[in-house]
Amino acid sequence: MSFQQPELDLSPDVSDEVRKTTCYMCACRCGINVHMKDGKVAYIEGNRDHPVNRGVLCAKGSAGIMQHNAPSRLRAPLKRVGPRGSGQFEEISWDEALEIAAGWLTPLRESDPSKLAFFTGRDQSQSFTSFWAQNFGTPNYAAHGGFCSVNMAAAGIYTMGGAFWEFGQPDWDHTKLFMLFGVAEDHDSNPIKMGIGKIKARGARVIGVNPIRTGYNAVADEWVGITPGTDGLFILALVHELLRAGKVDLEYLARFTNAPVLVNCDAESAEHGLLLRDEEGKLLVIDRRTGAPAAFDQEGVRPDLSATWDRDGVTHRPVMHLLAERYMHAEYAPEAVADRCGVSAERIRAIAAELARVAFEEAFELPLEWTDFRGETHTSMKGRPVSFHAMRGISAHSNGFQTCRALHMLQILLGTVEVPGGFRFKPPYPKPVSAHPKPHCKWQPGKPLDGPHLGFVQGPDDLALRADGSPARIDKAFTWDNPMSSHGLMHMVISNAHAGDPYRIDTLFMYMANMSWNSSMNTRGVMDMLTDTDENGDYVIPHIIYSDAYSSEMVAYADLILPDTTYLERHDCISLLDRPICEADAAADAIRWPVVEPGRDVRGFQTVLVQLANKMKLPGFTNEDGSAKYEDYADYITNHQRKPGIGPLAGWRRKGNEEVSGRGDPNPDQLQRYIDNGGFFVNHIPDACAYMKPWNMGYQDWAVGMGLFDTPQPYVFDLYVETMRRFQLAAEGHGERQPPDRLRERIKTTLDPLPIWYPPVEDSHVDTQAFPVHALTQRPMAMYHSWGTQNAWLRQIHGRNPLYVPTALWEANGFAEGDWAEVTSAHGTITVPVAHMAALNANTVWTWNAIGKRKGAWALSEDAPEATRGFLLNHLIHELLPPRGDGLRWSNSDPITGQAAWFDLRVKICKAQPPAESQPAFDPIRSPVPPGPGELEWKVGK
Amino acid sequence: MTSLPASTQRSLGLVIDLDTCVGCHACVVSCKGWNTENYGVPLSDQDPYGANPSGTFLNRVHSYEVQPDAGPAQLIHFPKSCLHCEDAPCVTVCPTGASYKRIEDGIVLVNEDHCIGCGLCAWACPYGARELDAAEGVMKKCTLCVDRIYNENLPEEDRMPSCVRTCPAGARHFGDLSDPDSAVSQLVAQRGGMDLMPEQETRPVNKYLPPRPKDRIAEPEFDALAPYLSPVAEDPGGFVGWLDKMLEKI
Repeated sequence: MSFQQPELDLSPDVSDEVRKTTCYMCACRCGINVHMKDGKVAYIEGNRDHPVNRGVLCAKGSAGIMQHNAPSRLRAPLKRVGPRGSGQFEEISWDEALEIAAGWLTPLRESDPSKLAFFTGRDQSQSFTSFWAQNFGTPNYAAHGGFCSVNMAAAGIYTMGGAFWEFGQPDWDHTKLFMLFGVAEDHDSNPIKMGIGKIKARGARVIGVNPIRTGYNAVADEWVGITPGTDGLFILALVHELLRAGKVDLEYLARFTNAPVLVNCDAESAEHGLLLRDEEGKLLVIDRRTGAPAAFDQEGVRPDLSATWDRDGVTHRPVMHLLAERYMHAEYAPEAVADRCGVSAERIRAIAAELARVAFEEAFELPLEWTDFRGETHTSMKGRPVSFHAMRGISAHSNGFQTCRALHMLQILLGTVEVPGGFRFKPPYPKPVSAHPKPHCKWQPGKPLDGPHLGFVQGPDDLALRADGSPARIDKAFTWDNPMSSHGLMHMVISNAHAGDPYRIDTLFMYMANMSWNSSMNTRGVMDMLTDTDENGDYVIPHIIYSDAYSSEMVAYADLILPDTTYLERHDCISLLDRPICEADAAADAIRWPVVEPGRDVRGFQTVLVQLANKMKLPGFTNEDGSAKYEDYADYITNHQRKPGIGPLAGWRRKGNEEVSGRGDPNPDQLQRYIDNGGFFVNHIPDACAYMKPWNMGYQDWAVGMGLFDTPQPYVFDLYVETMRRFQLAAEGHGERQPPDRLRERIKTTLDPLPIWYPPVEDSHVDTQAFPVHALTQRPMAMYHSWGTQNAWLRQIHGRNPLYVPTALWEANGFAEGDWAEVTSAHGTITVPVAHMAALNANTVWTWNAIGKRKGAWALSEDAPEATRGFLLNHLIHELLPPRGDGLRWSNSDPITGQAAWFDLRVKICKAQPPAESQPAFDPIRSPVPPGPGELEWKVGK
Repeated sequence: MTSLPASTQRSLGLVIDLDTCVGCHACVVSCKGWNTENYGVPLSDQDPYGANPSGTFLNRVHSYEVQPDAGPAQLIHFPKSCLHCEDAPCVTVCPTGASYKRIEDGIVLVNEDHCIGCGLCAWACPYGARELDAAEGVMKKCTLCVDRIYNENLPEEDRMPSCVRTCPAGARHFGDLSDPDSAVSQLVAQRGGMDLMPEQETRPVNKYLPPRPKDRIAEPEFDALAPYLSPVAEDPGGFVGWLDKMLEKI
């Protein structure tokens, strides 16, 4: 029959208005266009002008509308009325909530501010929250880095003055070989996807190293399904092969690293292993022009990688000698490591050869003239088109710091950091470790702390110890147990506070950290600690204040809830003082602003902190006349100056009547300028300054102009980390500050100044025969930790998390689809559904992270699959390793940084009778919000 | 039964690169967002916070494991939506004329005013690309964002399907597959783009670019790589000797 096509309106109105802000569906910080209809959020898409995502947006970002409207949103401040953990609350006013909080906190501040432990979770305002904590005066502040990826950050900064994470990126436009190690896909996730797409379109190759072949590894040209915890060994075997073949960039090593710096090699000396310095404290190298020692940065100096030097009867050898001796040893030969890594020697060699081929045969020059810090002008920049990226997969092990160091050493030996085609830093990096603060922990009643809490120690003198040598911080960061714990140890706070070790606290104040569920090891134990009472019936942790936007599992364990807004209802700044949105080519920062006002009695957490500070008249927030400096967080963002001319935002500052970038006075119109510009600010780095930044005086001068530094800070990369050697020397008995005897051997072994590999520490505490299988979690690309499950759209994509079992284990256990398994670690047992997966390391099981939910949380029904079939591996992981008969309990952390060693987990697995629901199962908690609707037909326009 | 046009002026469709799709579901949710707010009734969700959440999606990503004869297993992410077939069985089976293929651009659409929700089209589609919305009882399917691609209220650069605009990996391409000179046709030619289930004789407009060969580095190719590892030294002493020699040259 003939057919008449209907008339369509092909140009319907898209929206009444577009409001541009910054996403917060994960840590990626993409720019978003929020389309508004009738004053409501109608549609969210990526902002094409934004430096992070250039228009694209991931599943989480597009699902923001469901998060913003989630039924799990808290509605008003809550005061606990039932026992802790029951979820019984009454709604109170903000006046009462602030009164209660200040009533607990003020006496602590006046007597002993260390009785407050203030820890923030996935906080993107750490320069502000730390400022608050510093002005309160407590030494007990950190964010969640210690249980996330501090190994990655610290190893990068200690080795090369910057890290992967979102602090650097491959040179996507020039790289030809991209090697990617275990990545949590919520950091820089859109840029990495964009980059992979871009280089694959060009025919460049991707090598993925990960026990699990999903996501980025699924599209990798080569997949190395490595055994968990052995990445460092694999990398050192690559280094072994490259050194044997002389495929290292000698000129780069000589000019830009401490490979030529002279090391005291007298084993009897108190300075054994320290670097030779001149009277001004400058590192010494042998100048090839004279054959004599010279300061490494002296004008025109040509550092020698090979010459040695005798001074006062002591032979000093260049780092390069020690490095060759270490890694050319047969223990790092591919054959020697292949079985442990689960990668054949042939494959290791092939990858080493491919790295060598691309780095050296495909080297190229960019015609960019630049002058280095020794005053030498170069007419071009040499490119080596090999780039690397890594994240949590290699860092969340107890050998993660050294593994990350090993990877950076590999990059540096190939001459691929900060060169065209390689890995590039984003401002404010590169930044030498010496330009970072050191940790501060000295408190006095009623006074601010003596400096920033977190930082980078340079030796035993910088540890956060009290006069009697005991830990100054509740999390025992910066102690002999984990001296270089630059992000603190959030995962130890509740455990230590409950044990009163090193001391008791009064108030635990947390933000956006689901510590009674997926953000803690030993989840059930943590619930017990949070609810435990003393002989008087009082809670062992007397007060708990918690802020969250949503009805998370942690809500039930607090006494006072300060409900936060959603990300579309708040001010935020993504600051150069913190974790900005920079690109390798540009400095950039961004804001969030209330594109809609909350229809609930909630307040942005940072504004609440300002209000609390004003109530307590904290210094830093109070003018000399006693009046408040800031009304709310927006006021702080605009008017706060960290030092003259430097504020939270670098764009549109004031000099007289001019608006300037970088340094300048506060500008009352600054937030509006950001809004008018799409929510962000970008200042491009001049072309000739965009590479070789640590040594490029053009960049250094640009960075000073932007306010990133006060003076140029050129430096060389630390293949050899002298700070670590200082801790070893202490463990050998040198110096005044001495470690306890129980830690001497461990410090000597693990704090090696050159990268080493040692088996994950759990392997020496459990019977690896009895627990032969590695167990991991990964975060799905379409979910961000526990948040995703409350999202009606995302939970349809990732509503279930079976334990994925590789073929051999699947068959050996006689599993069939629909089966359940009992999974047991040295710490506990869970019973969970299984599924088969072939593209998986043969000795590894895994599941999606944080899909499992507690009944009653997140406004889900109690029979939601996340609560009945979902599960957490956290029940199998303890914050302490099992006892091994030495009378001590060792923390389940990296001995160097304290990073939570989530991925050291070993288990055994067997088939189980299907239970009614995943085990362990917990009683429901009472929901502080009504359940969600039974059906959604979401359409806000007419 | 509804007839297909004898020919269409263009054949607009998608080219989906299975070599670069990382399976992130960005396209799935962007599509859900746009099409909930735009063309026709919203894409509803039943039991969205309950035991069996289930909603209407016009685009879904499936993941399949593939075990090649040699080498490790692979995981292929496979986004699937309506392929806007030239010989669309979902159109010819429609009893009301609600399903139709547009003459101008070949887009297969459902006129929701005429849809009786009988579901015959979903049965006829061999790809499972249509979903009956449980709330409204009308058939929903990919519109190729017909309300975006010509929309004069959108900037010109945004006149493409939302799934293409949002794809972070750049794995989705949009264009006229009937024009051999179009970028998408060129891409299909270069990369050996394929029809999905050609034996169904639906002549899909959308094409899939197959994954490139994987995991070959340690195979014969390595012989070519071996020279890059020719040893210059077997021990640290030899290495230092080599170092001295090399340093003379730089």
